[in-house]
Amino acid sequence: MTPFSFEWVWNVEYIIFFGLLYTALTIVASCVGIAVFKTLIQLFGFIRERHF
Amino acid sequence: MDSPLLPEGVKRCSLGLFLLWLLPWLAILAWGGLAAGLCLIKGLNQTNMSNIFAFALWIVFDLGVIALGAGAFFTGFLTYVIGRKELKNIINAAVIIGFICYSGATAMLGIDIGQPIRGWFIFWHANIHSMLVEVSFCITCYLGVLIVEFIPLILENRKLDKVKELHILGHNLHHVMGVIAATGTFLSFFHQGSLGGMFGVLYGRPFAAREGFYIWPWTFFLFILSAIAAGPCFTILCTKLTEKLSRKKLVPDDAYKLLAKISGWMLSIYMVLKIADTLGWIYGVAPNAGLKFMDFYREGPYGVWMVVVEIFICGIIPAIILMSPKVREQQGWLVFACLLNCTGVILNRFVFIIVTLAVPVMPFDRFWSYLPTWQEWGVAAAVIGYGFVVFSLAYRYLPVFPKETEFNPVTE
Repeated sequence: MTPFSFEWVWNVEYIIFFGLLYTALTIVASCVGIAVFKTLIQLFGFIRERHF
Repeated sequence: MDSPLLPEGVKRCSLGLFLLWLLPWLAILAWGGLAAGLCLIKGLNQTNMSNIFAFALWIVFDLGVIALGAGAFFTGFLTYVIGRKELKNIINAAVIIGFICYSGATAMLGIDIGQPIRGWFIFWHANIHSMLVEVSFCITCYLGVLIVEFIPLILENRKLDKVKELHILGHNLHHVMGVIAATGTFLSFFHQGSLGGMFGVLYGRPFAAREGFYIWPWTFFLFILSAIAAGPCFTILCTKLTEKLSRKKLVPDDAYKLLAKISGWMLSIYMVLKIADTLGWIYGVAPNAGLKFMDFYREGPYGVWMVVVEIFICGIIPAIILMSPKVREQQGWLVFACLLNCTGVILNRFVFIIVTLAVPVMPFDRFWSYLPTWQEWGVAAAVIGYGFVVFSLAYRYLPVFPKETEFNPVTE
């Protein structure tokens, strides 16, 4: 049992299912995080603001 | 009155006329809201669903709109992953249509499960061997992806774009869109497939059950193919309807041609496999279950005509039209083929959901009939009303079609 799945069992099926799910979620969250982070550092002037 | 919010360099109708246009769709939404309220307060006894028809009209609509919304992931995949630049002129419309389809389907599922307050159970108590769990996870995650894909377009609104922070955020989101689109493709691929797999594993119902590869019945692959064949056609239809209503050219012909060509190829491949699957079902699955093909059509209104309509009229004919360059370049034929293709995919979902549950399985079984109540129709129709409202608002206030100003210069 883990906080992420109440009925978690340590077997290959759970690892594949939740592994793929969390991989997808991590990728999407990371992309959004990177976009927000880049925006913040551009706004605070740490990197040059790009003119679009 | 709302002119500061309209995109620059485009012409829109007056606000009064726009509100008048929204009125019937808002009325449908109100009907749906009333029906949904009744279902939530009084329970699912407001519907004609039963222990036999646990899947009914709402699931037909759900699977239908999710298949039609596949244009978002497939066009996103072609644009950002494969790099077909000509589709950048239609990708915004595809994303909005996908967002409408998936958010509408998710909202309808919220009513369908009867107790939405326990909707999180499927995520917390996940039965990972269930196709339905995979569908729930992937649809929810993909809706999140669609929201992320939709946000940069919303931020391009004339007023919002003037806010420096939002302007930069919108452009930074554009830069990561390729990775997000690829992830969306992965999620969409699996839930489209699992929706089909769900029926293929109904071994107690030989009408839907299929053999397959490893853990995936053939319906898993057929549902993916049919969705990516019909999704782009639905995007074409919605865009053509917008062009017709606004009396403007909005999308270059090369985008339509490419989508139609790819859709034609996908539909053709799907048709070959669907016919093979149907023959395998007639000569394999049904006899193995002690049944003959015609046993499924003994009673009720569903007959062999459905197979003929689905495969020949709504499958082979549009595939031929979309595969012929000269024919698909004519607008009338293109719209006709897209309409047939979309009708075919909805009919396919109807057959797998309703007919599967209606046809008798055991010798002592009888045919079960089902007619939706006005509450069921109301909730289903609300998705259509919602779609028109959201797409109309997006078209009015967002630069959905990048070539609109070029094709329709404002002379004043």
